[in-house]
Amino acid sequence: MAVAQLYWHLAPKSEAGIVSKSLVRLLRSNREVQYIVLQNIATMSIQRKGMFEPYLKSFYVRSTDPTMIKTLKLEILTSLANEANISTLLREFQTYVKSQDKQFAAATIQAIGRCATNITEVTDTCLNGLVCLLSNRDEIVVAESVVVIKKLLQTQPAHHGEIIKHMAKLLDNITVPVARASILWLIGEYCERVPKIAPDVLRKTAKSFTNEDDLVKLQILNLGAKLYLTNSKQTKLLTQYVLNLGKYDQSYDIRDRTRFIRQLIVPNEKSGALSKYAKKIFLAQKPAPLLESPFKDRDHFQLGTLSHTLNSRATGYLELSDWPEVAPDPSVRNVDVAESVRQHLFLNFFNLAADLEGLSLSSSSVIDVTTQVSVPTKTHELLHRMSGKGLAAHYHFSRQPGIFGDHMVSVQMTVTNTTDQKIENIHIGEKKLPPGMRMHEFNPIECLEPAGSVTVSMGIDFCDSTQTASFQLCTKDDHFNVSIQPPVGELLLPVTMSEKDFKKEQGMLTGMNETSATIAVAPQNSTRLVIIERVVKAANLGVVPSVEPSFNMNMFAAKTVHSGSLMLVTVELKESSTAQLIINTEKTVIGSVLLRELKPVLSQG
Amino acid sequence: MIHSLFLINASGDIFLEKHWKSVVSRSVCDYFFEAQERASEAENVPPVIPTPHHYLLSVYRHKIFFVAVIQSEVPPLFVIEFLHRVVDTFQDYFGVCSEVMIKDNVVVVYEVLEEMLDNGFPLATESNILKELIKPPTILRTVVNTITGSTNVGDQLPTGQLSVVPWRRTGVKYTNNEAYFDVIEEIDAIIDKSGSTITAEIQGVIDACVKLTGMPDLTLSFMNPRLLDDVSFHPCVRFKRWESERILSFIPPDGNFRLLSYHVSAQNLVAIPVYVKHNISFRDNSSLGRFEITVGPKQTMGKTVEGVMVTSQMPKGVLNMTLTPSQGTHIFDPVTKLLSWDVGKINPQKLPSLKGSVSLQAGTSKPDENPTINLQFKIQQLAISGLKVNRLDMYGEKYKPFKGIKYMTKAGKFQVRT
Repeated sequence: MAVAQLYWHLAPKSEAGIVSKSLVRLLRSNREVQYIVLQNIATMSIQRKGMFEPYLKSFYVRSTDPTMIKTLKLEILTSLANEANISTLLREFQTYVKSQDKQFAAATIQAIGRCATNITEVTDTCLNGLVCLLSNRDEIVVAESVVVIKKLLQTQPAHHGEIIKHMAKLLDNITVPVARASILWLIGEYCERVPKIAPDVLRKTAKSFTNEDDLVKLQILNLGAKLYLTNSKQTKLLTQYVLNLGKYDQSYDIRDRTRFIRQLIVPNEKSGALSKYAKKIFLAQKPAPLLESPFKDRDHFQLGTLSHTLNSRATGYLELSDWPEVAPDPSVRNVDVAESVRQHLFLNFFNLAADLEGLSLSSSSVIDVTTQVSVPTKTHELLHRMSGKGLAAHYHFSRQPGIFGDHMVSVQMTVTNTTDQKIENIHIGEKKLPPGMRMHEFNPIECLEPAGSVTVSMGIDFCDSTQTASFQLCTKDDHFNVSIQPPVGELLLPVTMSEKDFKKEQGMLTGMNETSATIAVAPQNSTRLVIIERVVKAANLGVVPSVEPSFNMNMFAAKTVHSGSLMLVTVELKESSTAQLIINTEKTVIGSVLLRELKPVLSQG
Repeated sequence: MIHSLFLINASGDIFLEKHWKSVVSRSVCDYFFEAQERASEAENVPPVIPTPHHYLLSVYRHKIFFVAVIQSEVPPLFVIEFLHRVVDTFQDYFGVCSEVMIKDNVVVVYEVLEEMLDNGFPLATESNILKELIKPPTILRTVVNTITGSTNVGDQLPTGQLSVVPWRRTGVKYTNNEAYFDVIEEIDAIIDKSGSTITAEIQGVIDACVKLTGMPDLTLSFMNPRLLDDVSFHPCVRFKRWESERILSFIPPDGNFRLLSYHVSAQNLVAIPVYVKHNISFRDNSSLGRFEITVGPKQTMGKTVEGVMVTSQMPKGVLNMTLTPSQGTHIFDPVTKLLSWDVGKINPQKLPSLKGSVSLQAGTSKPDENPTINLQFKIQQLAISGLKVNRLDMYGEKYKPFKGIKYMTKAGKFQVRT
């Protein structure tokens, strides 16, 4: 619902449509959820019918729904009605009208009325249908139809004399006050069209005046007044009779109205200026009422809020602020990386300078790369002299940052000539690198004497993955396919940071970004120095100095070469020669691989 | 947020109250009782009731009203979802959520409510986590607790809170590793009096019962995933994989859970499995009306329709019905005017039918509308939408688990207009 609210208020019209499918799906749960979702859909469907039109069938009413759900669905069906689907809808409405739930049947009739006013093609059919309903046995249905017909007739009074006559005949049978009042009003309003019937109706109602409901009495008085003005020959006495009855009525409203009418219409020496206009006053054209949905005004409350459901402001309701006049600067969306790095370098410079002078700036966390703490001496074979026809190559990671560029891991390769002839033009040929990886080649070796060896450096950007970089090592005459797969520890560059910053960064990298394991520590590995030495040898990490040397907690910090994501490693010694190894990093894959690699480092001798 | 919670039973007694902020007096429930009286039946009580200083949001389940008291603006769906989750949790813990069970286990109920809300804001609502915090009561545990004086509250914080996979606790072990999936579909339909479908839709769920050791990673694929376009998943499912390849990849929670729920609304895809032939006519003034219905299978792909139950709400004027069923038992309740006929299995050779006469109360006129017939049925081994599971693979663990899948189609709100 919250997502739908967001889309509704913020999204452009073309995109907002996707929420309708999910909202309709929500309708399948329990009735309270249905109630609220339907209310929201009702507001939405008034403004944008198109969103819910494809789902019309989901709003069909089932007989087992609670009444309030039924009325809400009916509401939505009515808002969604248009020329295309009105015939199916009307058929549905006809079924609903026969429902046993009378309140719902009455609501259906009102809905039919609303559809009739909105869609002009069907007004006549609706009207006919409603008139048939007048002969229904149930009073509430009849009463409701009368009221709706009255509203409909006001919109086009021209050719409905028949209907009015029919309704006049029904007056005898209808007892519901609202219905009677409506019929009387109709007759009074269009008394010119039914000149023969109107006085008769007045006569009958005058007989029953004292038993009528207040509402009906008012209408009888109105009818009398109008007839007096138009047809005083027949109705003069009757009207006076009715006015007399009204003068002594129990309700002061009736008495008041009687007095008012009498002064206006009965010619009298003392009558005021208005009586000349009495005819115009009573028989003025009245505008037709607009049949509107009760949900029309709710849209100033945000969808999905309590205020919207209750249609009144709840305490603590915050209005949605208007669209700003001027679009705010879109550049806030750019997270400018280069900018921040430059700022970092700048701060670095200041820090260094300040340190030199013995001052210390209040530091923001400055994380910079330091020189490596130790260089591993482990070499890996790249090409065996047998497969290389006498050319052997080994490589090791020299862990020198930044020689070939920020993202390159530096690899030093030693090429040895084990033949007894010189080998010329040793260079790198075709490279088959996985996507994203790059390689900075070494300068080709012109000539290698027999039994000579040369060390060259190159840089490989592994894109923070342990995939192999395959390439061809070529000589003047031959080429050999070789590959380098980096151990994960070499994909890192050490960083220095204070323990406070370490903890802060660690606090930001929790949840999915943290992996940990408990390992058994070999007894010779349990001193701090040994731990540091072994860990740093396995992976290119920087040691975090601890302010209070807690010999049990060892922290290391590094960042990945390619993307610069922080990698925080903690080795915490626990009792009974176990330790907890925790790695916090955004690159969860590398983190878990590193964890796997570090485990044997500490548990074995 | 949620200030307090009151539990009110069907006869209007407040039998439990819990406050998270300051204590709100019971008199606030008087507004609720007023609304209850105004509504003709319990289902019609509005879920949101404004009172001068508070707002009452309520849900009605298992004949108990759960009423939450709110003081300021809050999205009402939020509160309602939470209340339903509370009811589901009680059901999970005690097996059945009824007034008697709640009163018996008051201590556990209070403890669970305390854990679920913190100062009125939902805190721990996932069933796995709650079960580790407050252990569900079993007979053994209750006995041990009474003897040793300890409580059901767990000793440790659940490890699940802080791990990568919060819905599955670590260190799960089973001797028999098995994973069962149930595809359960419900048909909602409205059928016209001439037998044509006005509207039909299918609501389906895939429930799973996973008893696997360790942290398995399951992959489920379907034969015809294009059928599933309106789907709602359990949070454990990796959505990206579904979007790109239409394959469900997930690390399952332990035990029973709902993997996904889907909705098929295209009318031409829904095959209506049963039809009802009906002949109902009322006659005025103590002459007997006729009532005949016959139920038969339509498009069931050869599977039997069982568990069939036909209910119909008769109009208020009906006095009595004398009926003979060809199969099954029937009851007509003269107070609620509810007719229910328990058919059982439909034998395609001999279709069950219910025939008889209806008498109206003296003086009442013929009802306008013929009653609607509601149908309940179950079809085993059939998924009416045609959904089929292709394969289930498991990665991440070394053993070979036992896998099973079952299909079932049920009737949801299946109505036939007569």
